[in-house]
Amino acid sequence: MSNVKLPIYLDYSATTPIDPRVAAKMAECLTIEGNFGNPASRSHSFGWTAEAAVDQARQQIADLINADPREIVWTSGATESDNLAIKGAAHFYRKKGNHIITLKTEHKAVLDTCRQLEREGFDVTYLEPLENGLVTVDMLKAVTTDQTILISVMHVNNEIGVIQDIEAIGEFARENHIIFHVDAAQSTGKVDIDLGKLKVDLMSFCAHKTYGPKGVGALYVRRKPRVRLEAQMHGGGHERGMRSGTLATHQIVGMGECFRIANEEMATENERIRMLRDRLYNGLKDMEEVYVNGDMEHRIAGNLNISFNFVEGESLIMALRDLAVSSGSACTSASLEPSYVLRALGRNDELAHSSIRFTIGRFTTVEEIDYTVKLVSAAVEKLRDLSPLWDMYKDGVDLNSVEWVAH
Amino acid sequence: MAYSEKVLDHYENPRNVGVIEDDLSVGTGMVGAPACGDVMKLQIKVNNEGIIEDAKFKTYGCGSAIASSSLVTEWVKGKSLDEAAEIKNTHIAEELALPPVKIHCSVLAEDAIAAAIENYRTKNQ
Repeated sequence: MSNVKLPIYLDYSATTPIDPRVAAKMAECLTIEGNFGNPASRSHSFGWTAEAAVDQARQQIADLINADPREIVWTSGATESDNLAIKGAAHFYRKKGNHIITLKTEHKAVLDTCRQLEREGFDVTYLEPLENGLVTVDMLKAVTTDQTILISVMHVNNEIGVIQDIEAIGEFARENHIIFHVDAAQSTGKVDIDLGKLKVDLMSFCAHKTYGPKGVGALYVRRKPRVRLEAQMHGGGHERGMRSGTLATHQIVGMGECFRIANEEMATENERIRMLRDRLYNGLKDMEEVYVNGDMEHRIAGNLNISFNFVEGESLIMALRDLAVSSGSACTSASLEPSYVLRALGRNDELAHSSIRFTIGRFTTVEEIDYTVKLVSAAVEKLRDLSPLWDMYKDGVDLNSVEWVAH
Repeated sequence: MAYSEKVLDHYENPRNVGVIEDDLSVGTGMVGAPACGDVMKLQIKVNNEGIIEDAKFKTYGCGSAIASSSLVTEWVKGKSLDEAAEIKNTHIAEELALPPVKIHCSVLAEDAIAAAIENYRTKNQ
């Protein structure tokens, strides 16, 4: 145990550390000795060198997702990409229709953008996924109307790690001439993305979930068939008018490099991470009343979202102070509300309250996983010894039949 | 969230965890709801002089809820029922330095005392 450094970081879906190889490339683009120029400067070599670095990064993004570099628009992150994709497409195609379909389990960057469009007069359908977190084409078909202009479905869910069938959804959207947007913030380096095959029109990315820097992202905008967007950020007409603002060379170079590494290493990396995740799961699954949230099959290698019944989540997090994990999503854990994602799967409040998300990544070790198993098992046992609900469960009391005094 | 030293102490070393076997001298109060994220069960054992001679708790809830219930088991011991009923959530919140979002934990602990006393009195009417 002595070689385990505490706290153990198991929150790779919140963010990742920058890979040292990425940091080194970024550092080359900052100071007077480095590649600091404005990529938009046309009149001197500082601008040209910076532009070349940006072009290379654009190619690296395109390579990972099998796209054309001209289909990549730099943004400040996946939130901005989601905003640009959804608002941009909705505004541009509003004459065609005013209906948008998305999921209740999407990230807030998609949900709140859709809420804004509702205030502007659009109709939005928020589909409840199946109990395993997945959505089917038939479910989408059932709510599609002749007014539907846009479907937005995330590739990998940030909380439960399930992978949606964007291939099938894309086929459906294309047949029906509906724009298809995918938030892929959580999937790069974890799931293969081949935009030569996938009928996805718009795809959001960010760097910081894939061992790159925070503050940079990209939006894929399909050229054939061409997808049009109304710009949300106006200014110098950068990025073919779709997103103005001086390009942050160091950030962009960092994103390019981290996607290059992902492209080269994801196959072996995912195998190793899956082994660690299974080791964690196998260490915990034999406790009583333990439930995995979300489909185990269609799921990224590094995610384990698990509920420990009759144990309250916040006290569990407190007992696990030596672990950096999240209860619900990091964006909402400041509030006492149970996770809206788990609620949308039909999990009751108790199970939603008692969920912990472990996300494993590039720098996680076997020793850390073994330490985690021991710590979590001991904490759950301790808290169950304290829990009146556990006693009632053991006595065979049906907790749903109890008349609770809500407060 | 940062917890106070006292909350951490009660959470790490909860006092008087357990169950008292039920009889006429025992009052049991259970308050809260699983859906709200906390349930407290407080038991008091009252002697012939009407003094609380033992108290036990079990709590499903956050660290502050566990600490609040642990603290009141210490406080009610040796008190008469009327004296125990004087313990208010403000005393608990102050002792544990609870932040505003955790005040409801101290309210729940006060409710648990009241419920245990009421249960004892109902049984001994």
